[in-house]
Amino acid sequence: MNTEDLVRLLKTSSGDDAGCEEAFALLDQYVEAELEESDVEALLPAVAEHLRNCGPCSEEHAALLVLVREHMGI
Amino acid sequence: MSEMPPVTLTVTGRQGVAGSSAIAREALDAESRAWVQSLSVEGDERVQALKRLYDLLLRAARREGQERGRLVPVAGVELDDICQQAAGDALVAVTSKLDDFRGASRFTTWAYKFVVFEISVKLRRHPWRGRTIPTADDDPVWDRLAEDPRQADSRLESLDLVHALRQAVERELTPRQREVFKAVVLNEVPGDVLAERLGTTRGAIYKMVHDARRKLRRRMEAGGYMEPVAEA
Repeated sequence: MNTEDLVRLLKTSSGDDAGCEEAFALLDQYVEAELEESDVEALLPAVAEHLRNCGPCSEEHAALLVLVREHMGI
Repeated sequence: MSEMPPVTLTVTGRQGVAGSSAIAREALDAESRAWVQSLSVEGDERVQALKRLYDLLLRAARREGQERGRLVPVAGVELDDICQQAAGDALVAVTSKLDDFRGASRFTTWAYKFVVFEISVKLRRHPWRGRTIPTADDDPVWDRLAEDPRQADSRLESLDLVHALRQAVERELTPRQREVFKAVVLNEVPGDVLAERLGTTRGAIYKMVHDARRKLRRRMEAGGYMEPVAEA
């Protein structure tokens, strides 16, 4: 963490954020929507916002995306 | 192949896939329907389904463990033990929440979500076992920030910014927000690690950081240190 990171963090959009629990509840739908190339920003905007802001949830989103992609043979 | 841990399953209020969940589950894809059905019946079919599900979850945990293991000082038997614990915990989560599954995604996608969560949390917590989480008011991270060599070109501005931010943290945040902000933001302690120590949830920690960030941003904007950001 340096001062640039800190300022960037403070500047992060204050849009509607689903929070960790709701994002987790919808994460499977979000990932499948992404793989179907749906507009997840429009479908689940609060989840998209949360994934931009939350490191742990973002890591888990990336991991789930890889697993599901492999499972579906994409 | 690892042994599946003992799981006591109680599927209440359901006989097969009939009952209150039947309408929602008519829309399930064939694979998901087969999973739900075999996990819902009694006897050997369910035992076999549990074993297949555990194996699926364990493969996923191991894959993710290998991936994240590069960043975490854990490997070999210890890593595999963590993967087995994650798969076991995910199996319990999936089976206990089976009534909540409505087919909004494929069953396997839904199940993978739990094992990804379990292995991720366990691997994030692992490096922090036995370590003290820095939250003290005299935390040296402020000095480190002020001395960041990457800021050498604008050293004076950087010092001024760090000083203003430190003041804002001390004056604007509640003691709990300050504690959480210093741990999660300044010292990069994962939210779920801090949540475990403080006996709360990752979501609650996230919310505290979110609110703290908003307070600090307003203070920094008012002080002319940052351009105003539009609130949603």
